[in-house]
Amino acid sequence: MNEPSPLFDYVLRFADSDLVLAQRLGEWVGHGPALEEDIALTNVGLDLLGQARLWFAYAGEVEAQSHGRGRSEDELAFLRDGSAFRNLLLSEQPNGNYADTMARQFYFDQWHMLVLGSLSSSRDPRIAEIAAKARKEVAYHIERSADWVIRLGDGTEESHQKMQAALDYLWTYTGEMFAPDNVELALIETGVAADVRALREPWLANIGRVLDVATLALPTVAWMQGSNGRGGKQGVHSEHLGHMLAEMQFLQRAYPGSQW
Amino acid sequence: MYAQMVETGVAKVRDAHEMSPDEQAFQARVDADIKIEPKDEMPDAYRRTLIRQIQQHAHSEIVGMLPEGNWITRAPTLKRKAILMAKVQDEAGHGLYLYSAAETLGVSRDQLIADLHAGKVKYSSIFNYPTLSWADIGAIGWLVDGAAIMNQIPLCRCSYGPYARAMIRICKEESFHQRQGFDIMLTLCRGTPAQKAMAQDALNRWWWPSLMMFGPPDAESVHSAQSARWKIKLLSNDELRQRFVDQTVPQADYLGIAMPDPQLKWNETSGHYDIGPIDWDEFHNVLKGNGPCNRDRMRTRVKAWEDGAWVRDAAVAYAEKQARKAA
Amino acid sequence: MIEWPLWEVFIRSQHGLAHKHVGSLHAPDAEMAIKNARDVYTRRNEGVSIWVVRSADVHASAPSERGPLFEPANDKVYRHPTFFPMPEEVKHL
Repeated sequence: MNEPSPLFDYVLRFADSDLVLAQRLGEWVGHGPALEEDIALTNVGLDLLGQARLWFAYAGEVEAQSHGRGRSEDELAFLRDGSAFRNLLLSEQPNGNYADTMARQFYFDQWHMLVLGSLSSSRDPRIAEIAAKARKEVAYHIERSADWVIRLGDGTEESHQKMQAALDYLWTYTGEMFAPDNVELALIETGVAADVRALREPWLANIGRVLDVATLALPTVAWMQGSNGRGGKQGVHSEHLGHMLAEMQFLQRAYPGSQW
Repeated sequence: MYAQMVETGVAKVRDAHEMSPDEQAFQARVDADIKIEPKDEMPDAYRRTLIRQIQQHAHSEIVGMLPEGNWITRAPTLKRKAILMAKVQDEAGHGLYLYSAAETLGVSRDQLIADLHAGKVKYSSIFNYPTLSWADIGAIGWLVDGAAIMNQIPLCRCSYGPYARAMIRICKEESFHQRQGFDIMLTLCRGTPAQKAMAQDALNRWWWPSLMMFGPPDAESVHSAQSARWKIKLLSNDELRQRFVDQTVPQADYLGIAMPDPQLKWNETSGHYDIGPIDWDEFHNVLKGNGPCNRDRMRTRVKAWEDGAWVRDAAVAYAEKQARKAA
Repeated sequence: MIEWPLWEVFIRSQHGLAHKHVGSLHAPDAEMAIKNARDVYTRRNEGVSIWVVRSADVHASAPSERGPLFEPANDKVYRHPTFFPMPEEVKHL
């Protein structure tokens, strides 16, 4: 099989991050801290799942151009092994407690909003179109996750500690979001990809503002997982992804070639 | 049904001459199809029965999220995953609407949830059965939601305003649930032999519990008569069950799978299907807590509630701080 | 543990229409109540604007007052246009 094209690889990064995070949020359904919250978090999951499907559809089109046949969304989601997944390490981290889930969502949404903003003016019209649509949904996600970071941070002593611990724990997975590899650099060059190097500063500033209000401290861990070119975007994952895929892909694997 | 064997606290239905003038006036309103609203005078027994019925219904929606939620992470396609997530989310919404309706009668949601967790109130027997395969998700939509809709549509006309309005909203939203279930079954039945076997197995396990959802035979139910008088139960258990059987058997025929009832037969004289005997012993045992999943379901709900306590408390603490700052 | 207070939710379904009561929900404060209302009551495109009011702040007329409050309007039939028969050949009235 030919090497996948850089564009295919790049589009999959968004598809996979959205899908993997949606899958995590799907685990919360029926177990949320309040009914209203259960419903709200599921809405975020449904948005991300919808976005993943748009990205997968485009990835399939790109693949068809270079390889003659492009895989369907379900082939891509259910029939690739972990090393072919291109999602951010952050997105696959387990749900933990509600502070862990909100910290993951907060970091992700803040990055997502900026990157989609940048992609809305991509030279690739399909990317620009998907990004513009997704951005409207993420504008709501970002409000909700920031809101919960503030509420938990400035809530009770217990919630403050849990929120701070969650932010600290996940911080190490935020580096790769802003570290482009060669695939990305080439596409940044042609105006297709978002230049994430330029997004780190605004991201830090936005996060800092929320944490201030929340009476929380910006984590100080220096080491960033996967920012050396061997992280989620390159298919080198944490142990968690394999288990997630084993569960998610079970039916397609156990009954190959069936229609569902 | 979602609310089974609701106690009315009334030993027998009373005639008009046995009622106080207030009760007579109340019954006259109900008879005239004038809706009862939260602040209206109502007999205590009516209020208590409604609280019991609506909360059983609400708890059923919430506990009912668990067997289906069990397959969200394993749904076989992205489309099915999205549909299932949306459906289970709808059930959270339905629980919420119903709790709100109960709250208009002067109880708090937290109290109702505490009663559920303490085992003081029941939820529908059906949700104490396990979802063992993907076909179970199809069977639940087709049979369980089908049975639920059958009961809920008449409830849109029930005598208590907030309950009737909640049911109208729920029925509107639920119209897609049964169809998505049948669609899953249809796809499986048109699929590989293994998939069709999966569908048949699901039907075998869910058929009888679905029939039990409608509750015990009319002959054994005093409470039904009083609830009918109050128009909070519009059709009898047996009537609804028969309608459900009549509508569902041809659908199974269309799918090409067999009902697990050797005595099932079309009755020319009555114009209905006759069915074999229902195992009421199993039904009563499931209600008592001996179903395959009762303990699991309760443990899961209690854990979600307790794990969420610090989150709910934090939100209150934050809101209070903000209110103090603003003052 | 303090229960999240109850809020009544009103939704404007289309531009130009009045807000209509759609149901209630629990939320720790108004901001969250609006967000929750969006997630709970507009999942199917039902709205363009949301109001929330603390249920405790709603004051209602007493059912026992129904007679004195509303019956007097019954005999003011002249307030309705159908009270005035118009000759058929007269248009635009």
